[in-house]
Amino acid sequence: MTSRQLSKLTGRLAFWLLVALVVVIAVFPFYYAVKTSFTPSSELFRVELWPTRATLANYLQIFGQRSFLQAIFNSVVVATSVVFIALLLGITASYALGRVRFRGRTTVLLVILGVSMFPQVAVLSGLFEVIRALNLYNNPGGLILSYTIFTLPFTVWVLTTFMRQLPMELEEAAIMDGATPWITITRVFLPLMWPAMATTGLLAFIAAWNEFLFALTFTLTDGQRTVPVAIALLSGGSAYELPWGPIMAASVVVTVPLVILVIIFQRRIVSGLTAGAVKG
Amino acid sequence: MASVSLNKINKVFGSTHIIKDVDLAIGAGEFVVFVGPSGCGKSTLLRLIAGLESISDGELAIGDRVVNELPPRERGVGMVFQSYALYPHMTVYENMAFGLKLAKTAKETVHERVMATARILQLEELLERKPKALSGGQRQRVAMGRAMAREPRILLFDEPLSNLDASLRVQMRNEIARLHKRLGSTMIYVTHDQVEAMTLADKIVVLNGGRVEQVGSPQELYQRPATKFVAGFIGSPTMNFLPARLLGADAGGCRVGAAGLAELALPHDAAAHAQGAELALGIRPEHLRLAEAPDGEGFEIVNVEYLGNEVYVYLEPKEGDTLLIQRSEAPTQWSVGQRVALAPDPEHVHLFDAHDRALPIGPARAAA
Repeated sequence: MTSRQLSKLTGRLAFWLLVALVVVIAVFPFYYAVKTSFTPSSELFRVELWPTRATLANYLQIFGQRSFLQAIFNSVVVATSVVFIALLLGITASYALGRVRFRGRTTVLLVILGVSMFPQVAVLSGLFEVIRALNLYNNPGGLILSYTIFTLPFTVWVLTTFMRQLPMELEEAAIMDGATPWITITRVFLPLMWPAMATTGLLAFIAAWNEFLFALTFTLTDGQRTVPVAIALLSGGSAYELPWGPIMAASVVVTVPLVILVIIFQRRIVSGLTAGAVKG
Repeated sequence: MASVSLNKINKVFGSTHIIKDVDLAIGAGEFVVFVGPSGCGKSTLLRLIAGLESISDGELAIGDRVVNELPPRERGVGMVFQSYALYPHMTVYENMAFGLKLAKTAKETVHERVMATARILQLEELLERKPKALSGGQRQRVAMGRAMAREPRILLFDEPLSNLDASLRVQMRNEIARLHKRLGSTMIYVTHDQVEAMTLADKIVVLNGGRVEQVGSPQELYQRPATKFVAGFIGSPTMNFLPARLLGADAGGCRVGAAGLAELALPHDAAAHAQGAELALGIRPEHLRLAEAPDGEGFEIVNVEYLGNEVYVYLEPKEGDTLLIQRSEAPTQWSVGQRVALAPDPEHVHLFDAHDRALPIGPARAAA
C-alpha cells in the first residue's frame, strides 16, 4: 500500500468517525429517552445502554390517564388549526406582498419581521389580557390565536419570497385567461407552492406542538391542556418523586408523529428551503 | 377578428413617459408588427392593448368599442408570452382549456375547441403531456394554442420566438405566417428582430423612444424610410450615412456634395432648405457601386467579408468612425488596401435633414 492510498484511507476513516460523532450527539438523547421509557421505575438509575428487563408499564400508565389522551387530542386540534389558519392567511398575504405593487409594501414586510422578533415572555402578560378580553382563557381557541400570531411572520416571509420567484408572466397569462386573483392563487399558484407550503406548514405544526409557555399560562384545567404542559405536570406517587419513566414514555409518544411527518415531507422540505437557491 | 384603433395613447410610469401620443389604426385581419430597439416601448404598447397595463391617457378601441376600462378577459384578446408562461402543473389539454373553463363554457364546447385548436397546431399527440416534457417549439405552439382556444378577436405576441434557437425560429416564423393566413385573425406581434418584422408583417410600426417613427408595409419602410432612424433600423447590413451639404435646389431636384463623392444630382425636393444646409446622405450597401480610384483619392478598403453568396466590402469613412459597407454578389474583384471611388445610384439615395426627417422625392420625378 502506498502512502498516498494510506492517507486517503485515514481521511475516509476520519470522515466517517466525524459522521458517527454527529449522529451520536443528535440521536443519543432521544435513544436514551426511548430506552428509559421501557425501563421499569425500579431500575431507572442503573446506567446501561440496553434495558435488561423491558416493560410497557410506563406506556400503560400514561395511556391509562384520560387527561393525557385529552391533551394529545387538544394538541392535534390546536396544531392543525394553527397550520391551516397560518397557511390560508400566509398565502393570501404573500400574494398581496409578493405580487401587488402598493406603497409601503417593504415597510409592511419589515414590520412583520419586526413583530416576529419579540420574545414570547415580553408579550405574555399583554396577550393574557387580550385572551381574557376575548373570553378565550382556558380554551384551545386562545392557544390557536396566540400560536398563529407567532407563526404568521415566518409563514408570510417564506411564502412571500417563494411567491416572488414565480414568474410574473404566469400570473399575466392567468389574467389573460380571465382568472381573478383568487382563482390565480388557488388554481395556478397554490399547486406550484406545495413545497413551500409543506415546509412552512410543518414548521408551524412543530412550533405549535412543542409550545409550552403560552400553553401553561392560558390554560387552567386538565381538559384544556396540550401535551407539553401535560407532560410537565405528570406527577409521581409523592411530591418527592419525579416519574421519569412515564415522562419519557409520553415524550416518545408525542415525538413520534413529528418524526413521521418530517419523514413524509422531507423531500418537500428540502426543496422548499432551497427553492430559488438554484434556478431550475 | 376585429380592428384596433389607438388614439393619442400615453403611458406614464412614475416620472418616466414611456408611450407618447401614439396614434395607430389596425385593420381587421391585419398582421401588424411593432418593432424597435429595446426600451422603445413596444412591449408596453402591446400590454396596454392587452389590458395588462392601464392607459394613462388616450383612447383604445377594439372593434367599435372603447376598451380603456375593460379587464383583459372582456377585451377578447389572447396573448402569447415570451417565456410561454405555461401552467407547469397542468397538461397541454388543461393549459388550453383553462381559459374556456373559467369563462364557464359548456364542457362539450371546451373539448371541441381544444381539440380543434390542437389539430391546427398539431398538438393532438401531446395533449396529455406536462409542459416540462415538451421541446421549446412544442411549448411555443401550446402557448399559441392557449391564446387561440378562446377564439379571441385579436392575438397578441410578445417576442414569441426570442427563446428559440435560430433554425427553430425560422420554422416557427413560417408556422405563424401560415397560421395567420389560415385563421385570418388580427394579430399584433412585438419583436426587436427586423427580419421577423419584414417577413411576417402586413404593416410594420417602427417605434423609437415611445413614439411611432413610421407605419407602413415592409416595402415602404425599406424603400422610403421616413426618418433616419427607420432607415438605419430596417435593413441588414445597415444603411450607410454620409454627411453632405446642399449645393442647390430647383423644381426638378437638388444638387448635393459629400466628402469623397462627386457632386450628385438627386430627385429630392429640397426647396424648403437653404443652400449649404447640412444633410445626411443615406445609401443602402447594395446601392453603392465601386470604381477604381487613383492613389490618394477615394476611399480605402479596410476589410472584405466573403459570405459565400455575397461579399461585404468595408471602407474607411472620411468622417466619423462607422465603416461604410458595400454589398455585392460574390465573387468580388476588390481586396483590402485598394482605393475606390463611390458612385451611388441617384434613384436609391436617401436624404435626411438636420431633424433626421427624410426629404421627399420632388413632384416632377415622383410623377414620372
